[in-house]
Amino acid sequence: MSTQQYEGQAGYEAQAVPQANWPNGIAPYSSPIPMARTHLGHALVAEWTKIRTVRSTVWTLSVMFALVVGIGLLTAGTLSGETYTGMPLLSTGLFGLMLGQLGVVTLGVLVITSEYGTGMIRTTLTACPHRGRVLLAKALVFFVLAFAMTTLACSLTALVNSALLSDQQIPSYVEEGSFGGTVEGGTLVASSGEWLGATIGAGLYVALLGLLSLAVGALLRHSAGAITTMMGAILLPVVVGPLMQTSEALRDVGQKLVEYSPLNGLASLYRIPMSDDQDATGWPLLGGLAVVTLIVLGVAYALLHKRDV
Amino acid sequence: MIELRDLTKRYGNKLAVDGLTFTVRPGTVTGFLGPNGAGKSTTMRMVLGLDAPTRGDVRIEGKHYGELREPLNSIGALLEAKGVHGGRRAYDHLLCLAQSNGIPERRVGEVLEMVGLQDVARKRPKGFSLGMGQRLGIAAALLGDPRILMFDEPVNGLDPEGIHWIRTLMQQLAREGRTVFVSSHLMSEMAQTAEHLVVIGQGKLLADTSMAQFIAENSRTHVRVRTPEPERLRDALVGSGLRPVTGADGALEVDGGDAPRIGELAAEHRVVLHELSTQRASLEEAFMRLTAQSVEYHAHAPGAPAAPPGAQPPGIQPPSGTQPPGTQPPPGAQAPPGEQPPPGTQAPPAWGTDWKKGRRG
Repeated sequence: MSTQQYEGQAGYEAQAVPQANWPNGIAPYSSPIPMARTHLGHALVAEWTKIRTVRSTVWTLSVMFALVVGIGLLTAGTLSGETYTGMPLLSTGLFGLMLGQLGVVTLGVLVITSEYGTGMIRTTLTACPHRGRVLLAKALVFFVLAFAMTTLACSLTALVNSALLSDQQIPSYVEEGSFGGTVEGGTLVASSGEWLGATIGAGLYVALLGLLSLAVGALLRHSAGAITTMMGAILLPVVVGPLMQTSEALRDVGQKLVEYSPLNGLASLYRIPMSDDQDATGWPLLGGLAVVTLIVLGVAYALLHKRDV
Repeated sequence: MIELRDLTKRYGNKLAVDGLTFTVRPGTVTGFLGPNGAGKSTTMRMVLGLDAPTRGDVRIEGKHYGELREPLNSIGALLEAKGVHGGRRAYDHLLCLAQSNGIPERRVGEVLEMVGLQDVARKRPKGFSLGMGQRLGIAAALLGDPRILMFDEPVNGLDPEGIHWIRTLMQQLAREGRTVFVSSHLMSEMAQTAEHLVVIGQGKLLADTSMAQFIAENSRTHVRVRTPEPERLRDALVGSGLRPVTGADGALEVDGGDAPRIGELAAEHRVVLHELSTQRASLEEAFMRLTAQSVEYHAHAPGAPAAPPGAQPPGIQPPSGTQPPGTQPPPGAQAPPGEQPPPGTQAPPAWGTDWKKGRRG
């Protein structure tokens, strides 16, 4: 941002010399304010101001934070000192995040649909006619914020879990490496892969899911519609999938539905996958989610240029 | 300068804007007049590149809107739908717009002061009255100190003082050499503000003329005479080449005659006069005559058959569907001399009654 000083009224009066050949003998107006050719940097600063100055950002991210850390503390407190349940050390962080991710999804949708709902989008696109730049700036600012906040919440929960749950009593029949968790010398520990999945992995996954919500919001331009669509995409596969598995004919479809569901990706990052593949790490699904997100964002980008606002 | 060339916008079967060609020049206030639904807002959205024209072209200082390097310094706009996030404080709203164009932050405080909103800078616009919302929109338009200003129905929701303020502001901006393009559906408002006039109806250009010429051409003057002996006076008038017409209440109306001459004529023929007055048709009537064919929504009295186009009684305004109650300018505050305010014009609401009422988008 320019920090240059500019002259007040006196500045432009010198420039606005009346000339006879202009209509009414008035020279065209010229502003004393220094103007910079706009670029993505301007759009990024503007979008950062926008996202931090509405209450929905504070609310959705606070709810996410409270759910992830709060539920993490509750489960860790309950399970601490009990007999090992067979779950990896950091895996209980998933339960809070399953609910908490909905806050990030909601924020992702609102970042764009609130502009359509209020008419702000017209002001935004008047100030910056490069529509692609606006969408890119929104996506970047939201993604970085969502990733930072979610990773922070997940890391806190992981630290709490590792501090409280490593004292679980391991029964003698549990061998090292079985039950998904890592047991070393009779105590439950977390491998570096588990740490990575439960912190940065989970943060990336949920931020990507939020970015997908932003893209869906840009496509549908309607808050309730976009939030409902995203909730459906997250929850339906794990509700419908198991139902389908009860039928002989649809068993395979149901299994695939669960395997590729967004929730399974998240659960796999915590090493408690919902599908039959118990060795899943969640990273391939995260890559898949990134591809889907980029495709939907691309469609939103193309439509944003085509449609009237 | 804004140049429109054959600008057309079609929504399905309906031509919202139909081949508009005109130029808005710097240094004057150009009024953009038309009944509700005439296509004024659609035209303005196309100027800003928000809606893509079906056909034709609109250029700002020779460029398409998307090619402008510093959009807010080229053109500032107040659109009818406020375009403000109700939950973002007024200051922050202007700040993010300033940042998107690299405008120094101190300019935000300046424009807030210019529109008189400095005391509510830290308040959220969803609690603003209609008038405060308009002022915030105008502040956003002024943010880049632009060479072109475009206002869509700026006096909507303003109190008499606010109307006076915006009128003075627009004229001052034009005097500084800026292009000022302002839409309205009220002829009387434009007569006070604009020097140039563009009139559209059902998307078509009806007039592109200076205000003075429009007044000269359209404000028909006639002399009204009442007498207990109309037949004798009529003969006397016809005898001297005038063409009197009998009005609804039995008075004679003489087109093109001047009152002193008719008075002398009556004295010569010893006819008693009960009334002798010069009548000027209001600009509002002239505007309604011009647009009568193209008014999309006609008002008619309950029970009465719908008035055919063109047969609309003067003084009845098309229903203002997009206009909330209480936003009509008060009589007297804007009617030019000699003009009758249309009946049904509402008095302005008392101070503060519209606080928190303006929550429409």
